[in-house]
Amino acid sequence: MITLGHYLVLGAILFCVSVAGIFINRKNVIILLMAIELMLLAVNMNFVAFSAFLGDAAGQIFVFFILTVAAAESAIGLAILVLLFRNRATINVEELDTMKG
Amino acid sequence: MSFEVLLFYVLAVVLVAASLAVVTLRNPVHCALSLVLTFFTCACLWLLLRAEFLAIALVLVYVGAVMVLFLFVVMMLDIKSLPDREGFTTYLPAGLVVAAIMLIELIGLMGARKLMQGGGVRDAAAEQGLSNTEWLGRVLFSDYILPFEIAAVILTVAIVAAVALTLRHRPNLRTQDPAKQSATRREDRVRLVDLPSSSGSKQP
Repeated sequence: MITLGHYLVLGAILFCVSVAGIFINRKNVIILLMAIELMLLAVNMNFVAFSAFLGDAAGQIFVFFILTVAAAESAIGLAILVLLFRNRATINVEELDTMKG
Repeated sequence: MSFEVLLFYVLAVVLVAASLAVVTLRNPVHCALSLVLTFFTCACLWLLLRAEFLAIALVLVYVGAVMVLFLFVVMMLDIKSLPDREGFTTYLPAGLVVAAIMLIELIGLMGARKLMQGGGVRDAAAEQGLSNTEWLGRVLFSDYILPFEIAAVILTVAIVAAVALTLRHRPNLRTQDPAKQSATRREDRVRLVDLPSSSGSKQP
């Protein structure tokens, strides 16, 4: 019998893998963006699981909106990345220090 | 062990393995392809939860559009100039520790052990005699119509922003501007000069 707990644990594992990915790949912006997509997927997994087990449509509607915003976010993020590569010829996070933050 | 449970565990193992591949592989193209596998496996899991519409939407939107965009960008950027992973071994212990602590906290926080004694999937759509898509559509286009419209506006803004960001103006490129061409009037192009006809040949 698969229960809500199984799906929540799976979502938590997915989220922690992507957090570890952000720590490990601190240099490469593309893989950072992919890790963010993985995080959103983990959150969506929780939403769908709760929606299915509680019989409430709101969770799945929310996932629909998260998918929309995530698609917009990755489109703009990749556009910025292309622009960055064109101007600086690098996507190494260490070298992107123009703003001296 | 029923077929559904077996399927869940197989898909869960594939999902975690693919997500580990996304964050550990060296080549960004391989990472992107592993991410495709992750999304696809997740869509299969959502099918197990009887969320068919979102599973298909995930495959169409993510595997079909977003990941193609990712692969496009990865291949457009010069792959040899991607940074080396010299920090891989330095950051690996810290990342693992943080991830492990977070996982323990999350699982403890949500009381997974207690939740695992609960019941199975409650198929609310089937209880009302509807398909999953119809069930979602009825709620989406009645209670959530305003957020739906706002999502459409966000997507439009994202398209315009992505195009505007990557559009390149080259200063010495000779292109026609049709609006300027058709807005031209006679005065901009023709200049009438009054010259006395007899004065041209006379030298002082």
